[in-house]
Amino acid sequence: MTAQDHNSFRTGPDEEGRFGQFGGRFVAETLMPLILDLEQAWEEAKTDRSFRSEMENLWRYYVGRPSPLYLASRLTEHLGGAKIYMKRDELNHTGAHKINNVLGQILLARRMGKTRIIAETGAGQHGVATATVCAKFGLKCVVFMGATDVERQKPNVFRMKLLGAEVIPVTSGRSTLKDAMNEALRDWVTNVEDTFYCIGTVAGPHPYPAMVRDFQSIIGWEAKSQIKHAEGRMPDVLIACIGGGSNAMGLFHPFLDEPDVKMIGVEAGGKGVDTDEHAASLTGGRPGVLHGNRTYLLQDDDGQIVEAHSISAGLDYPGIGPEHAWLKEAERVEYVAINDDEALKAFQLCCEMEGIIPALEPAHALAHVMKIAPEMDKKDVIVLNMCGRGDKDIFTVAEALGIEI
Amino acid sequence: MSRIDQRFAKLKEENRAAFVSFVMAGDPKPDVFAKLLKGLPGAGVDIIEVGMPFTDPMADGPAVQLAGQRALAAGQTLKKTLGDIADFRKGDDETPIVLMGYYNPIFNHGVEAFLKDAKDAGVDGLIVVDLPPEEDSELCIPAREAGLDFIRLATPTTDEKRLPTVLKNTSGFVYYVSITGITGAGSADTAAVDDAIKRIKASTDLPVVVGFGVKTPEQGADLAKVADGVVVGSAIIDIIVGKLDRKGGAKVGLVKNVTAFVKSLADAVHSARG
Repeated sequence: MTAQDHNSFRTGPDEEGRFGQFGGRFVAETLMPLILDLEQAWEEAKTDRSFRSEMENLWRYYVGRPSPLYLASRLTEHLGGAKIYMKRDELNHTGAHKINNVLGQILLARRMGKTRIIAETGAGQHGVATATVCAKFGLKCVVFMGATDVERQKPNVFRMKLLGAEVIPVTSGRSTLKDAMNEALRDWVTNVEDTFYCIGTVAGPHPYPAMVRDFQSIIGWEAKSQIKHAEGRMPDVLIACIGGGSNAMGLFHPFLDEPDVKMIGVEAGGKGVDTDEHAASLTGGRPGVLHGNRTYLLQDDDGQIVEAHSISAGLDYPGIGPEHAWLKEAERVEYVAINDDEALKAFQLCCEMEGIIPALEPAHALAHVMKIAPEMDKKDVIVLNMCGRGDKDIFTVAEALGIEI
Repeated sequence: MSRIDQRFAKLKEENRAAFVSFVMAGDPKPDVFAKLLKGLPGAGVDIIEVGMPFTDPMADGPAVQLAGQRALAAGQTLKKTLGDIADFRKGDDETPIVLMGYYNPIFNHGVEAFLKDAKDAGVDGLIVVDLPPEEDSELCIPAREAGLDFIRLATPTTDEKRLPTVLKNTSGFVYYVSITGITGAGSADTAAVDDAIKRIKASTDLPVVVGFGVKTPEQGADLAKVADGVVVGSAIIDIIVGKLDRKGGAKVGLVKNVTAFVKSLADAVHSARG
């Protein structure tokens, strides 16, 4: 980054798709022309009013945007410190923020004349969102899902099938999300003519990290105007959970140049970042190259990628979006880790105090709110991204609590 | 003149295509691999591609993926791979060796240290699948400065407009990927490959070698008529797999079987131009 760029944290990536040393286009030659085509199509669509208005129309009438910014008053009172607002993206159609991005990418795929959509999914939220939008537009949809995840996320697998998608269980590697992404890339290399790869997070080769962020930024833009309306000022702290990091990037990005807004990204600490079982790439990993970009990765001494662990399947990824890696090194965003058991407690508290069953992913963010809110002044304002609902997680939670349903 | 240039010059004199074999370092076990590697030149292999195992080989089909997993499970590392090549060089100073793999283990080792260690071990060239020309400053340019060839893949999606970009910093030879897809998948159509090779040759003096999807001596011979070399990988790995016991150990005759299969491929490629 040059000195001039330091005036803003919102100008990245550069022409090579870099955020500082992170990002880039580390893909096989076969895919390179496709990625350049995609970049061009996205550049054109970005400034095309009809593209934007079609997307906004669907966000409003199909997804249900804008999502409310809700003051969690009982939780605020219970914690006894800062005011806690929740950005309710769990109320979106399909139950998470994922659909904001999927809609944008599928509209782009249609513009490019692509007829077959492929996607990877871990917990199944991105897969369900992709299958949903494909059904709406009558597009062929193929979702790659690690065989292990297919087994532990049966309801979402059935949802995708109901929506007409083909779900391919991935048995290569260790049969999890990262292997599903490898398999999607292998499919794309094979079906270059008609296929569009709809990536679910702010990772992958350029332009995906920037493009997905731009689609998800609707979360932050809405929150910005909503908090101004509610409080007459900017919030003090923004908090969001991070797997690949798309909901956090979407909330943070419009605020990055607001100097008084502190931002905290919450990674999955699994059984503890000092154990081998966590998914905290920024806290416990180091820079490397995987899935098309340079970023922080969980890896061993030989540069082999190691498996992530989290109670939340949506955070169970050994990497993180490259822009987060850059924001960490630029010290603009603080990154912390929350363990499985802390997230579970936050999950239960949210159910009991607010009548909201959160997904296990944002329960990690909420667990950190529980740590910091009591120490803050009652005039302070926190905005938490409630990026998904917890219906999908009730079986996991029951098992963790030792309860038979 | 590098080992790769010398080898192609000699083959040109003899009017033969190069037979290039791919083997995964450390597969199925480090000691068996060392024996396999040493046997390849005697079986007629002109250039050896040695795979560097990686947990996430996104351009490889099942055969190469599993070979990498077996090697990693048996404790293979990048350092050991370089050690294997240094050992091989004690007995063979002529057969070119090209390392093939993915960038992360190299980046993790440190680019400068890796180039020095690879050069010292007797490596001649590198094929790094996830480093397209757009990322040349990462490894391609430092590698050439260190005296190692950086061999680029050209593919069916590399059109006229893109070809000069792909060829720009390539040296040693050009590796033409004959199908859109992963290693070991499908089979190339010889006529289409012929067209592509002519197109590439019109833009470069470098030899053009064809790989991905070549499985039999017959296919090898067909391609040897139009290309400067033919690569076989997955089909050789399949022979290795056929000689593994239930616990993944090598059965008696593994090295012999692989060497015999490699020889049949090499003979077919070498005699193709009659």
